[in-house]
Amino acid sequence: MAGELIIADRKFSSRLFIGTGKYASNKIMVSAIDASGTEMVTIALRRVDINNPDDDMLAAVDWNRYQLLPNTSGARNADEAIRLARLAKAATGVEWLKLEVTPDPYYLLPDGVETLKAAEILVKEGFIVLPYINADPVLAKRLEDVGVATVMPLASPIGSNQGLKTKASLEIIIAQSCVPVVVDAGLGTPSQAAEAMETGADAVLVNTAIATAGDPEKMAAAFKKAVEAGREAFLAGTASIKHTADASSPLTGFLRQE
Amino acid sequence: MKKTPNDNEFAKLLAEKQLDSANAHLAGIIDSASAGDVEKAIAADCGRYSLKRLATMLSPMAENYLESMAQKSMQITRQRFGSTVQLYAPLYVSNYCVNSCSYCAFSTQSSPDRIRLSIARACAEADIIAGEGFRHILLVSGEDSKFIDVDYLVKLAERLRSKFSSISIEIYPMSSSDYAKLFTAGIDGIAVYQETYDRSDYAKFHQAGPKSDFDWRLSTLSRAGQAGFRSLGLGFLIGLSDWRTQTLAMAEHADFLMKRYWQGRISFSFPRMRPAENVAQEMFGHMVTDSQLSQIMMALRLCFPDSEIVLSTRESANFRDNMSRICVTRVSAGSKTNPGGYGTEQGALKQFEIDDDRDAKDVAAALKAKGLEAVWKDWDSAFAK
Repeated sequence: MAGELIIADRKFSSRLFIGTGKYASNKIMVSAIDASGTEMVTIALRRVDINNPDDDMLAAVDWNRYQLLPNTSGARNADEAIRLARLAKAATGVEWLKLEVTPDPYYLLPDGVETLKAAEILVKEGFIVLPYINADPVLAKRLEDVGVATVMPLASPIGSNQGLKTKASLEIIIAQSCVPVVVDAGLGTPSQAAEAMETGADAVLVNTAIATAGDPEKMAAAFKKAVEAGREAFLAGTASIKHTADASSPLTGFLRQE
Repeated sequence: MKKTPNDNEFAKLLAEKQLDSANAHLAGIIDSASAGDVEKAIAADCGRYSLKRLATMLSPMAENYLESMAQKSMQITRQRFGSTVQLYAPLYVSNYCVNSCSYCAFSTQSSPDRIRLSIARACAEADIIAGEGFRHILLVSGEDSKFIDVDYLVKLAERLRSKFSSISIEIYPMSSSDYAKLFTAGIDGIAVYQETYDRSDYAKFHQAGPKSDFDWRLSTLSRAGQAGFRSLGLGFLIGLSDWRTQTLAMAEHADFLMKRYWQGRISFSFPRMRPAENVAQEMFGHMVTDSQLSQIMMALRLCFPDSEIVLSTRESANFRDNMSRICVTRVSAGSKTNPGGYGTEQGALKQFEIDDDRDAKDVAAALKAKGLEAVWKDWDSAFAK
């Protein structure tokens, strides 16, 4: 547990996953990805020109260093997500998939019903599915039952930088899950990422907070440290001490009659 | 990634964590636990199970903190379960057994007073049990698979369904497909005790018969979980092996099952070695005191706030009533451990001598005196049809 994170038999030493949207330029994006120490980078298929192997965004990144994680951003239902997933696989040869189904254009909250439907089909087709979900513990178990590789519950609405608004539910998901839990969306500062890791998340995914920072490269480095610190704190154990000892023994006095 | 119930996933985990044999690392945690370690473990967030936290609360040092553990256990139990204790009664349908467990009166080696109840006689026994007010019944049998087979249990369950809101079984391990049939017939709870999670001790006590297969038994609750059982009962026979290691192994098993069969509720039972015919108690070197048994139960409550904690009539009235105040959520009452024992068959071989021989009404009254309500029914299998 102290060591690497394993998802679908692939080992990751970094527990920080990075998104690729919202950067001012590919150059800044590449330097931020590099500074973050990440080994997993997600990219929206809708941003990629799949008919052009030299597409700017794909070509900008050295994919020998990172696991490419295509995502279905923009899909509003299961059918659209499945279509995007198949196109992504055809274009990149990669079976990894961040499954996003977000019917509402304002908060981009994930549709659990459609996500489960798509996940079941895509797992059967051989995809390694990492679904983006609301912090719903029952949905997380239902997805696990159909064979997803991780669950990716949100901390707060995507891009909102509000931090761990769903903490109580995240704790339940973490306690119950048999697959890695990646907290995705809403983490606005390194301290919030550290808190997610202290809570027991296996990894976090960050995009907006880095991409829109004053200095993305510097912010990426800050998230790297925060995620490592949070993980170490989780492993170290953070219990508070309260003394509840009682001189009298109203409940256990009967044991002395033995 | 999809879970298959017949793999030996848990056996592998148990071996990885070295809980199927002596474990020097855990023994170190237990022996060296300081007062500060114990206080920290007790104070930790309710429901945070970890092997280390539980080991610390099972330590000799923690024996000085039983009252603190009891206070916190009571608080959690009342918060999660209210002031209620569920009552159930066992119905022994056969004391024939092909196994030869050296601690059990039903062993093939022991005396010949054997009885199998026909469906009609089992129903007559069940009528007596229902007449006492019980709506939860537990069907118990030795490993008598020639007579007490799936068809027998399905037929019996179909007859009992109208009289009982919940039917559970405590019989020999079966296959997934058999469990699916039982579940469809209305049996929704199961208890299968591993007896000991220590492989070499297990081999010593179970030398012949189908029960000698440690791994088949170990994966039983996974098969029942796969079939959809609502209640999955764990236990080890207290006295066979070191109780601290056994408690830790059982907790790992619970944690494993909760994550995979997350729609089932875990229950812990605490069968403690009792005098039985042809079994010398002296042959077992790991007996536990009332204090130690209470420590096991409370430590589990602090780590598993929503799990059922069950005490049978093997234990004394005094121990049962007092532990019900602290952490027990389900008790049997008025039990007969021989087939036909509720009716006319007083002489048949009993699996063990019970200690608490009060009838159900008296048990309910004793609970009431402790401020607890006896609950006879809290689910109806008809809801699931």
